[in-house]
Amino acid sequence: MVLVLALGDLHVPHRAPDIPAKFKSMLVPGKIQHIICTGNLCIKEVHDYLKTLCPDLHITRGEYDDETRYPETKTLTIGQFKLGLCHGHQVIPWGDLDSLAMLQRQLDVDILVTGHTHQFTAYKHEGGVVINPGSATGAYSSITYDVNPSFVLMDIDGLRVVVYVYELIDGEVKVDKIDFKKTSSSQSAH
Amino acid sequence: MYKEVVLPRVLEQVVNCKDELAQFYLMDCIIQVFPDEYHLQTLDVLLSAYPQLQPSVDIKTVLSQLMERLSNYAASSTEVLPEFLQVEAFSKLSNAIGKVIEAQPDMPTAGVVTLYSSLLTFTLHVHPDRLDYADQVLGACVKNLSGKGKIEDKKATKQIVALLSAPLEKYNDIMTALKLSNYPRVMEYLDIPTNKVMATVIIQSIMKNGTRISTSDKVEALFELIKGLIKDSDGTPNDELDEDDFKEEQNSVARLIQMLYNDDPEEMFKIIETVRKHVLTGGSKRLPFTVPPLIFSSLKLVRQLQGHGQEENPFGDDASTSPKKIFQLLNQTIETLSGVLAPELALQLCLQCAEAANDCELEPVAYEFFTQAYILYEEEISDSRAQVTAIHLIIGTLQRMHVFGVENRDTLTHKATGYSAKLLKKPDQCRAVYACSHLFWVDDHDNMKDGERVLLCLKRALRIANAAQQMANAARGSTGSVMLFIEILNKYLYFFEKGNPQVTVASIQGLIELIMNEMQSDSATPDPSADAFLATTMRYIQFQKQKGGTVGEKYEPIKV
Repeated sequence: MVLVLALGDLHVPHRAPDIPAKFKSMLVPGKIQHIICTGNLCIKEVHDYLKTLCPDLHITRGEYDDETRYPETKTLTIGQFKLGLCHGHQVIPWGDLDSLAMLQRQLDVDILVTGHTHQFTAYKHEGGVVINPGSATGAYSSITYDVNPSFVLMDIDGLRVVVYVYELIDGEVKVDKIDFKKTSSSQSAH
Repeated sequence: MYKEVVLPRVLEQVVNCKDELAQFYLMDCIIQVFPDEYHLQTLDVLLSAYPQLQPSVDIKTVLSQLMERLSNYAASSTEVLPEFLQVEAFSKLSNAIGKVIEAQPDMPTAGVVTLYSSLLTFTLHVHPDRLDYADQVLGACVKNLSGKGKIEDKKATKQIVALLSAPLEKYNDIMTALKLSNYPRVMEYLDIPTNKVMATVIIQSIMKNGTRISTSDKVEALFELIKGLIKDSDGTPNDELDEDDFKEEQNSVARLIQMLYNDDPEEMFKIIETVRKHVLTGGSKRLPFTVPPLIFSSLKLVRQLQGHGQEENPFGDDASTSPKKIFQLLNQTIETLSGVLAPELALQLCLQCAEAANDCELEPVAYEFFTQAYILYEEEISDSRAQVTAIHLIIGTLQRMHVFGVENRDTLTHKATGYSAKLLKKPDQCRAVYACSHLFWVDDHDNMKDGERVLLCLKRALRIANAAQQMANAARGSTGSVMLFIEILNKYLYFFEKGNPQVTVASIQGLIELIMNEMQSDSATPDPSADAFLATTMRYIQFQKQKGGTVGEKYEPIKV
């Protein structure tokens, strides 16, 4: 059982003062093995905070990030799964599943994690799974109205991944989960 | 009995011994040994003895300790509080302090402030609802500090910070502290660095307690208080501050701006105007930090007003808040950024505003913001990486705009494609140009589906990819990666599926063959990621064929 935290689009301090307290109290150091972040933190303080949760931190660059040296895309292997990470402002039309699926094919990954729209989504298609963890702070977005703060926790176990999404709705944390399975490590997840 | 007999006798002894060390020790003993209730009841007697002691006795420490004990006593249980009121402890102590300070004109500032600090803590515990008492204490302190200019002594400034932090901790609400009229006056006495530290303490208190500051008056008062962070004092630029510290400081101001909010649009607009007024005095170094949160607060307000309908009531208030008004403000505010070496940020904010204007159906406003963005791109963004990001944002935003009429849209699209083709590196050019193909095909609008122009873009991208190959051949003797061709192939498939009649099976087949040839040619450079991408693409085509139905039919003729 490997826990991977996926989050992004925090936009601190331009659009939000901080990660919601209820989320912070859930995110305890030492419980998570990897963090993948879609970008738009935007400042060093947020980077440092994430580092305290887990030293294995992967970040791709969002257009507002202070740090210019984050890469545009990143791929990594966790267990039997190949994961791809990209902020998403580079994939046009924004939020379009087919265009994201193209990026997924290009990176050749089972799970693609992108952000930018601030809208949580988890799509399953022949090429694999596309996940958008939304905005961890519920930051304003020109694309999505009424953004609720959200993040995703993936539990990777062999050929199976359970995606938990945590959303802060009207002050309460609601959890939902989705299951995905790979048939074998040489084929894509479906 | 204590009151009538014991204490007077003891005090007589203490006064008469006239030995300063003994007096100090003995007074201390009295305070520590006898219970607090006794002290309360004998306050008069006790306090009257103090001026009679030797002048060199450190009376302020004695007084402070007495007040501390009484504070703790008050904090221990609310039942004892009425007693304090009964004996008028506050006024007696106030007077005593006043007398002591008068009697010792050479008392160091640190000492004076410590006395008032102890009295303030006492007041906050015993009379938490009497803000006027707290204000009185601060006022007395101000009076004693007046004429001294900014306090240099470190001990004294430390005490002043403690003095000012006490109400923050007690009330957990900056608004209460702001009601103390003497609070800002005390702050004036801090030297510039310490003033900033105090301002940061105030901001942290707000953030920690999640306090919402909800009227423009309160915002005004707050920003006056923290002005050390908002602008350079006395016009002298602050060079001593370390860059990281400066960033942290300004980022905390940015976070603070997020806490200024009111549901009522009129009040919220006033708040925004107030913040803007202060923030614009900050100078070029501060604007990139403080302007963005202001912009986003304004955009949130625009969105809130969107729901209220667009009709400008002809009999209504000309002065009432409307999206148009806010956009005007936004325009002027973003302009300030282009002067301060933050053109990329300015461009991004212009595009955000354009999208918001789009949602409000304000075509001229949206067009104006796009024009601004384009000017910034042409004149001020020269770094190639920044240009690539900017282009993606321009294309992505423009793709989503539905408010433009044909002419405006054409002008903007034409320029965007032009910029794309002129990016520094060929691969970037290629990718930006094929991204532009989406400008001619918007799913929800049938009259925004121009199959021909889509194909023109894709073909242009192909030409660029070809040119890149030629260049690689000429430079290295081997052709570069076929990656770009595979990307373009995927775009062909995208539009093929969407039903663009211009993207034919033949064109797709031709492209597949081209790619195969390039990969198999002798001069090909092996590229595992291109191989993988081709494999996943072929697999996708297979999958689509096997889907059956209309999709399967469509894909049927494609040979892989």
